[in-house]
Amino acid sequence: MRPILLKGHERSLTQVKFNKEGDLILSVGKDTVASIWYSFNGERLGTLKGHSGTIWTIDVSEDSKLAITGSADFSAKLWNVETGECLFTWSLETPVRRVEFNPYKDEILMAIDAVMGFNGRILVFKLNKDNLSEQSTEPILDIPTRKDFVKAMIVGYSYGGKYIVAGHQDGVISKYDAENGKFMASEKIHEKQITDIQFSEDRTYFITSSKDKTACLVDTDSFKVLKTYETDAPMNSATITPVKDFVVLGGGQEARDVTTTSAKQGKFEARFFHKVFQDEIGRVAGHFGPLNYVAMHPNGSGYASGGEDGFIRLHYFEKHYFDFKYDVELTANSSLA
Amino acid sequence: MTVEELSIEDVVIDLNEVDFSDIEDKYRVDADSGIEEYVVVDGAPIAPESKVPMLKKVLTKLFTNVKARLTSGEDVDAFHMPIENGKTTGYMFVQFATEKDAELAIKSLNGKKLDAKHRLFLNKLSDVEKYGAEGAVNDEAPTPKVPEFKETDYLKSWLQDESVRDQFMINFGESLVVNWQKHKNIEPAMERLDFNTGFSTFSPKGSYMLTLHPQGIQSWGGSQFENIRKFYHPEVRLLDFSPDEKYMVSLSPEPIKLPPADHPARASFPFGPEDEGHKLIIWELSTGIPVRSFALPPNLEQNKKIEWPLIKWSHDGQYFARKGPDALAVYESSSMALLEKKLIKIEGLQEFEFAPAGVKLAANKKDEVSSVIAYWTPETSNQTARVTLMELPSKKILRTSNLFQVSDCRFHWQDEGKYLCVKVDRHTKSKKTIFSNLEFFNLEEKEIPVEKIELKEAVINFAWEPKTDRFVTISRLDQGPINLAIPKNIINFYAPETDNKKGKKNATSAINLKKYKNFKSIENKHSTNLNWSPKGRFLAAAAIASSNSKIEFFDMDYDGNTVLASDEKLKNENVKASLKQIGDADHFGLTNLEWDPSGRYLAAWSSSWRHKIENGFKIYDFAGHPLVVEGIDNFKQFAWRPRPATLLTGGDRKKVRKMLREYSAQFDEQDAMEASEATKELILNRRRLLEEWSNYRASVERKLQQLNIKIDVSEEVEDIIIEEIKEEIIEEKTEIIE
Repeated sequence: MRPILLKGHERSLTQVKFNKEGDLILSVGKDTVASIWYSFNGERLGTLKGHSGTIWTIDVSEDSKLAITGSADFSAKLWNVETGECLFTWSLETPVRRVEFNPYKDEILMAIDAVMGFNGRILVFKLNKDNLSEQSTEPILDIPTRKDFVKAMIVGYSYGGKYIVAGHQDGVISKYDAENGKFMASEKIHEKQITDIQFSEDRTYFITSSKDKTACLVDTDSFKVLKTYETDAPMNSATITPVKDFVVLGGGQEARDVTTTSAKQGKFEARFFHKVFQDEIGRVAGHFGPLNYVAMHPNGSGYASGGEDGFIRLHYFEKHYFDFKYDVELTANSSLA
Repeated sequence: MTVEELSIEDVVIDLNEVDFSDIEDKYRVDADSGIEEYVVVDGAPIAPESKVPMLKKVLTKLFTNVKARLTSGEDVDAFHMPIENGKTTGYMFVQFATEKDAELAIKSLNGKKLDAKHRLFLNKLSDVEKYGAEGAVNDEAPTPKVPEFKETDYLKSWLQDESVRDQFMINFGESLVVNWQKHKNIEPAMERLDFNTGFSTFSPKGSYMLTLHPQGIQSWGGSQFENIRKFYHPEVRLLDFSPDEKYMVSLSPEPIKLPPADHPARASFPFGPEDEGHKLIIWELSTGIPVRSFALPPNLEQNKKIEWPLIKWSHDGQYFARKGPDALAVYESSSMALLEKKLIKIEGLQEFEFAPAGVKLAANKKDEVSSVIAYWTPETSNQTARVTLMELPSKKILRTSNLFQVSDCRFHWQDEGKYLCVKVDRHTKSKKTIFSNLEFFNLEEKEIPVEKIELKEAVINFAWEPKTDRFVTISRLDQGPINLAIPKNIINFYAPETDNKKGKKNATSAINLKKYKNFKSIENKHSTNLNWSPKGRFLAAAAIASSNSKIEFFDMDYDGNTVLASDEKLKNENVKASLKQIGDADHFGLTNLEWDPSGRYLAAWSSSWRHKIENGFKIYDFAGHPLVVEGIDNFKQFAWRPRPATLLTGGDRKKVRKMLREYSAQFDEQDAMEASEATKELILNRRRLLEEWSNYRASVERKLQQLNIKIDVSEEVEDIIIEEIKEEIIEEKTEIIE
């Protein structure tokens, strides 16, 4: 499995995403430029220039026409993917940690950080598709961090756009009604900060990753932990594979400790676990810094990882990846068939 | 009668009825105070009045020698000597400068022998008043309360395990866990989470587990690891045991401090006034009673790093010894007193070591064994450095060997006490480089012959193979400062040369001098540590604390048909060994190694006490295959539970060896059954998990249908591959061809 190395960012990556069809990769990092790449050969299609600080997050709309970025320069920007033109800028009082298009509605979800006396908040903006350069700066939903919670840095929409799910810095996940922002449930599932939440294809369950060296598979409705994946390093990102029943975890020793140790002990590897059996089945090494984000190709044919080392490594799986099955899986399938 | 009419005259007070006790209490004069600096000295010689100044002079000198200051000043006489019939009475009152001086004098001089006839007795005047009066001390001794006998679980219960598994203890975070180990299977035997302990260990025969706490030591035992005893020793840091497991030695940087005499804690306090200020304590392990305590010698008080153990025991635990400046203090364990009540004076004593087993000296009767101690003294102006072997308790010198230009000596006893190797680090005349000599004492031969190997290199590690006469060293050429990156160490394997002239015993063979032969050297290694399997034959040589920690596994008796060509040479070298490296393992972050008591498994771990890198432990088999690999955050310590010596006789063991093939078939069968059981369980478990998952998915899909939410995940997008061919002209050139 030879990776394609996407070299274009000058600093660490913060998020890497595929568009719905999987032909494009969008990436952001601590340099102020977002990049868009062809996933087929790793060629850079173009860049989105305009931010003046670390870009924490990027998302792309279902039709791949629009992209939104959130940055530490206290702003979020809407882009035209085709032209690379910045359509609109939201100015906010704190850095933007996570942005997401509502896949079911013309809405944008944002989590903004808690700094300088401001509390962290979850905001939802209406997306005006008729005139893209005129967007409302008034959120239609404004969910402040509850008093007994620590700020949420990660948010996402559940199936049908029913709930908003948030991951908090103290290891708590919380759930809100996407219609009115009403708080519905919370659960402490991790010991330390939640670093990522990625949903399954149907958005009925999701995987969380945490600095406490574990990842959890959680059911959206019941908020029950279905599976736990244990590793030996802080995890920065986790994703669920389509086609195969696997999950992919990425992380590694904290970036600030890396200089004092060698690459070997940093555990800068993407780890594959069996989703159901929770066994580790493989690792992919290559990065020489912690993996900050892992993203699956929507058709399950490969994955991309963005590292603290400034590289994106794009892997396409070989045949034996698809052939691999536990004996019990084979027998279960044959008995069903 | 109103209040105004009441005048003081009208009131008649009977003084006898007034309670003055509160005032009396307040102003009571304490009769004892003010006489604390007085000491009653008894037993002094009875002298005529004229000799009194002489006597005073003698006594004054005595007190000043122990730095107890007498009261001083003009016209002040510290001595009050009653005189009867022109002679002193033998007792007197001495006034010291302060109470402290009085105490010091009593402590150091009470019981002091002045000469053959006279012995001084010193007591505080206040004590005489307190205890001297009739009835002040109860004549009947109160019967001490004997704590009720508490039955403990069978301490050797772990040896009765049906599948004869070994136990090991791991100490990590705030937890202490004891596990059973059988090959790859680890099963917990005891778990204490949220258990704050420092260093923890097993006693030498494995009967007890000891844990260190801020208040002291606790011992645990039995199948459930119940608490057996508590040993009060605040801030205790180091532990050691006598080899027979009877005594435990502990050291704390905090000196023992007695609670005040009338304090309620005093009654249950395990120490008496004689232990005050002491830091080193010997305990009886089974009862928890402190049997002896020592102050740290003043020369060690300043040392930041304490060489441990401070107390060394003879092989049977009958004697123990401490090193003092220019003397060796040997004690008898039975009485906890100095052997023959005397120190053994040894000028310049550097280091000593007991033989680890009873030595069958040539002069001994059949089956009689001796305790032997080896020590060395350095060069002085008119004497060479010297290694001496001494028998105990006779204190007979068995053998001495003179050495020159010595910088350091290390004793390496073979585990059966048959041989002693003294590693002598010598320096060249310029004192710039170090090289080593190895001196071998053959204890079982008459006169104890000494063989010497002189080397060019400095030996940094030495290890006898247990139960044999073979050994391995790690050496390096001393060439100035060490560059850790360059592997420079040499592993050397030695074995005694076998007599190749069979049957031709010449006259000198009466003194059976072993000739050790270096039959194999492996150069350019990082290795620093040598760990022999406790049963011999297998050796783990490890490189620790270098960037690439590695363990190499060697077999000393790799007999068989597959001797490699490179090893072919060895066969001709007249040594009883066929060496082969049978495995190696990279172990990142390695800090410690320990073989299990059976010698089949090697545990290696990375302790967070040393560094925070890759903390956790691994268990290898003797050929270096990792069986168990556990990464644990804040992993501190690993310890195998030792086993007591085998009870099987030589005959029994021979029988086992003969039947080994049959036994091993049985064991293999058991293992196979267990393995298949485990696989079966694993498969069943996976099947269950898979079923649960598909049920969960089915219920989710039903729910989505009810909610009428369509998830079009399977919407296949046809990939359209558009190939664009771009032509780019790089260069245009016109060339005219003639």
